Amino acid sequence: MADVNRGNRPLSPHLQVYRPQITSVSSILTRISGISLIVGALGLVWWLLAAATSPEAFAVADGVWTSPFGWLVQLGSVWALWYHFLAGARHLYWDTGRGLEIETAERLGWACVIGSVALTVLTFAIFIAV
Amino acid sequence: MAYMTARKRAVGLGSARTGTEHHWQMTISSYALLILTPLFLIAWGPMLGQSHEAVLTHFARPFPAIVTGLMLVVGLQHFRQGVQTAIEDYTDGVTRHLMIVAAACVSYGAMATGLFALVRLAL
Repeated sequence: MADVNRGNRPLSPHLQVYRPQITSVSSILTRISGISLIVGALGLVWWLLAAATSPEAFAVADGVWTSPFGWLVQLGSVWALWYHFLAGARHLYWDTGRGLEIETAERLGWACVIGSVALTVLTFAIFIAV
Repeated sequence: MAYMTARKRAVGLGSARTGTEHHWQMTISSYALLILTPLFLIAWGPMLGQSHEAVLTHFARPFPAIVTGLMLVVGLQHFRQGVQTAIEDYTDGVTRHLMIVAAACVSYGAMATGLFALVRLAL
C-alpha cells in the first residue's frame, strides 16, 4: 500500500469555497454556543461561591452580574443555552434517522435560530415580569 | 506527502476506539439536559440581583439546590466531553493532549467548586 501515490490527487472542496448555508451555519453555531457557555458557567459558579462565602463577596459578584457587562453575559448565555438546547434536540432527532432530507434539515436549522431567539425573549420577559 | 506511508497518513484521523461509547454518553447527557435546562432556568431566573438573604433562603430549599447540583454535574460533564470532540477536530499531538487535560481541569474544577458552594448554602 505504501507505494501507492495518494499525494497528488485533487482535493475535495472544503468549507471556505462554499456559500454559507443554514445547515452549515446552524451546525457551526452549535459548537460556538456550546463552548461559549463555559463563560456563563464559570460566572455562575463564582457567584454561587461568593454567596456561600460572605455578604461582601456576594455583593461584588452580584454587582458584576447585574452590571451592563453582566447583563450582556446573561443575555448571551441564555441565548447560547437555548440555541444549544434546540440544536442538541435536533441531533437527537437526527440520530433516530429522521429529518435528514435537505429541505427538512434546512427547516430545522431555521427552527433552531428563530426558536432560540424567541425562547430567549420569553425567558427574560418572564423573569423581568415576575 | 510522497514519502509518507499509508499508516502515517491515517494516524490521528480517527479510529473509533471508545468513540461510540463517547457518543452514547453524549446522547444520555443530552436527554438529561433537555429536562434539566428548563428546570435550571426556573430555579435560577429569579435569583440574580436578589439580596444575599434571599439567595441563602432560596438555595436552602430542595428544588433549587437539587436542580443546581444536577446541572453542575451533568452540564459540566457534557461540556468536558463535547469540547473534547471539538479539540480533537482542530488539533493534534501534544497540543491536543494538553487542551483535553486543560478542559478536564476547568470542567471538574468548576463542578467541585460549585458543589462545595452549594453544600455550604444548602446545609
